Amino acid sequence: MSQVISANRLSDGIVVFRASNGAWVEQLRDAEILPDSVAVKAALDLVELDIKANHVIEVAAFDVAVKGDHVEPVHLRDKIRAKGPTIHPGHGKQAAL
Amino acid sequence: MYRYDEFDAAFVADRLNQFSDQVQRRLSGELTEEQFRIHRLMNGVYLQLHAYMLRIAIPYGTLSPRQLRKLAHIARRYDKGFGHFTTRQNIQFNWPALKDIPEILGELASVEMHAIQTSGNCIRNVTADHFAGAAADEIEDPRPYAEILRQWSSIHPEFTYLPRKFKLALSGSPHDRAAIQVHDIGYQLVKNDKGETGFAVYVGGGLGRTPMVGHKIRDFLPTKDLLAYTQAIVRVYNLEGRRDNKYKARIKILVHEKGFEAMRAAVEAEFEADKSELLALPQSEVERISAYFAPPALPERAAQSQALETRRASDHAFAAFVDVNVSKHRQAGYGLLTISLKPIGGIPGDATAEQMELVAELAEKFGHDEIRVSHEQNLVLPHVALDDLPAVYDALAAQGLATANAGLISDIISCPGMDYCSLATARSIPVAQRISERFADGPRAKDIGGMKIKISGCINACGHHHVGHIGILGLERKGVETYQLTLGGSGDESCTLGDITGPGFSYEDVVDAIETVVDTYIGLRSTPDEDFLSAYRRVGMAPFKKALYERDSGSEI
Amino acid sequence: MPLYKNGSFVQDQWTTIPEGEAMSPAGHVIVPLTWWQAERQAFDDSHVPIGVRIDPGIAIDDFIADLSRFALIALVIPKFQDGRAYSTARLLRERHGFKGELRAVGEVLIDQIQPMLRCGFDAFEITDPVTQAALETGRVPGVTHFYQPGVNEAPKAGARPWLRQAGR
Ligand code: HEM
Ligand code: SF4
Repeated sequence: MSQVISANRLSDGIVVFRASNGAWVEQLRDAEILPDSVAVKAALDLVELDIKANHVIEVAAFDVAVKGDHVEPVHLRDKIRAKGPTIHPGHGKQAAL
Repeated sequence: MYRYDEFDAAFVADRLNQFSDQVQRRLSGELTEEQFRIHRLMNGVYLQLHAYMLRIAIPYGTLSPRQLRKLAHIARRYDKGFGHFTTRQNIQFNWPALKDIPEILGELASVEMHAIQTSGNCIRNVTADHFAGAAADEIEDPRPYAEILRQWSSIHPEFTYLPRKFKLALSGSPHDRAAIQVHDIGYQLVKNDKGETGFAVYVGGGLGRTPMVGHKIRDFLPTKDLLAYTQAIVRVYNLEGRRDNKYKARIKILVHEKGFEAMRAAVEAEFEADKSELLALPQSEVERISAYFAPPALPERAAQSQALETRRASDHAFAAFVDVNVSKHRQAGYGLLTISLKPIGGIPGDATAEQMELVAELAEKFGHDEIRVSHEQNLVLPHVALDDLPAVYDALAAQGLATANAGLISDIISCPGMDYCSLATARSIPVAQRISERFADGPRAKDIGGMKIKISGCINACGHHHVGHIGILGLERKGVETYQLTLGGSGDESCTLGDITGPGFSYEDVVDAIETVVDTYIGLRSTPDEDFLSAYRRVGMAPFKKALYERDSGSEI
Repeated sequence: MPLYKNGSFVQDQWTTIPEGEAMSPAGHVIVPLTWWQAERQAFDDSHVPIGVRIDPGIAIDDFIADLSRFALIALVIPKFQDGRAYSTARLLRERHGFKGELRAVGEVLIDQIQPMLRCGFDAFEITDPVTQAALETGRVPGVTHFYQPGVNEAPKAGARPWLRQAGR
């Protein structure tokens, strides 16, 4: 299963995703899709530095389904993290989508 | 209400400096997240699904207009224009940045508020009956004692690293509106045969994954021993409570595993041994604090209000509002007004900055400067003249705050659930919204009568589902949301935990299931006055189970 | 191990004997309670100052009868979140009048120093480098206003003892 790495930014807590250049981005569509557990492991190793540098907290990889150029989290929790509260369409990332 | 003296103000300022320093040390990397977490939690800062969440204490649910205005300001300036009132008489903001939090806490300190001990394994925000000081059935106002407990427990050096969180609740009336029997310690003001006031004390109640109703450990505790006895309980718990498993760390588990009698003996022995009398509460101190809570001087008024009756006769919506949302005040000509934060289809407990400002203004104009936050996630104006109700109603209606559903089926308690909470296994707010829409019809809701639906988005039970007349617990089964129902729970003086109906229902089906339960009740109640809880207690689970699980196999109900 | 006492790091005059290690009854040693209980005869004959190490979970009643024999009690804090020693410390000081050194050992971190002082600890073995660095600057973060009296803090005249006690 493909995965994406997400975290929360230390300074404001906002959900961020890891892009292929190592940057932390706010939208899932800009995140790096990691095809397998080997890639996930390698990326998580690199992220250790960002954790040590206190840029991000709560780092974890989550499952995504990729259809064409659309990426969708598999689990409801991650869908809500990637979009925002289902009850407030104007809040969170969905506002910018 | 209570006003900080210099000492209190200095205490909060001190704590603010301390936490600001900790935030700085975290942002600079001097503290690791693990070391910082405990500090941020002790100052009400959680990390949630989308962002940080700041939980602010509203001790015993009492607010002044100035404070509510400040909350509105914080909602607007640092959040997205709204706040969420919780079942623990707190308000939560869902989007503050960590770097702004010291500033927010500074703003709060300017109106004598803080976020101290709204999380962490310490003695939490002390809650009390939201009708305190106004209810017709009250023995004594519990808030002076709640305030004393608040002060005594604040940053208590011995009790800051308890095995788990510790919650105190007080009620001053025989009718328990503060759910004291599901708290770690519950205090009920009572009179003994000599006419003295004291507390019946309950210990070891709690919800969460192992719900338990508290045991009465004392029938009568003299008020002067309030702190000494509390210290004895908390000390026994601190020394003996389990620390190996956080799910077994609450005092209810200690009471359960040690045995209630052994627990009582240990507490009484500790209480006896503490001969220092250091904690004895002098009557003069009780009186000093009580003076802050002196009821406002309410001018005498006729028991019947002409203005109210005239309007009632011509306006159905107003009549319904008065019948449902106004409770009996102890002084004739006045009412306790519940302002429902449960508009049909709305988010239980949410209030916008504009709504908060309106309520503050109404409290100033018509409510003797007092506002209460109820554990049912509503606001209360405790002293409104019946004559003023038409004006108050019109103002509320203009801001969508005149929903006439207090205590009815759409007055639903709901935790944030998966829309915000990182621990959730399912959503809860949208379920509340859908139920509320299903039962939007006023006359039908009134016919159903008193009904408390309570929803939690996971086993932690922040939504009190175990003590809901109908409780809903959102779980996850094979990756999809599933909702388990419980029936017959109650958080009042007749406290009981609900019984599970059986297999859960899907997100799609759960509202139909609730309707089935309601229709079944309507069909079997002995008279229209027999409310759901009484009917359930009379007939038990069987007819509901049958209706819920046999309808598909063709049986009729 | 760096020992913080009375506002600065000091030379530790005591030797801690690990669990299970053999020793002869010398003075200024901190031994596990069980060890002392088994070997007390030898100690009693030698009349040397001795210290005991108390793991959390050991009830005060298990050693209170011998309190006068101890010049030092080291209360173990296995994780900084484990608050049992705070109650034990207060009981030893307030109820049982223990006057010797009360030492915190284990995970002792900077932000817990103040509440520990207020519960009656007066010595701290520091292993965490951040805590050590902070203490070396003379900084004990905390608050200065308290609603509860601390151990050995005289209640301020006129104030309710439970209610307020200006910091010192
Ligand atoms: C959103 C972040 C929240 C988190 C992380 C959280 C976490 C928890 C946890 C872990 C428990 C179980 C404690 C135990 O059994 O030991 C609990 C219980 C509880 N929480 Fe929350 N909660 C949150 C929000 C709320 C809200 C919004 C409310 C009020 C609506 C609330 C009120 C309660 C109550 C009343 C209980 C159960 C009573 C008891 O303590 O046994 N919590 N919470
Ligand atoms: S019950 Fe669960 S989902 Fe709801 S707020 Fe509490 S921890 Fe979160």
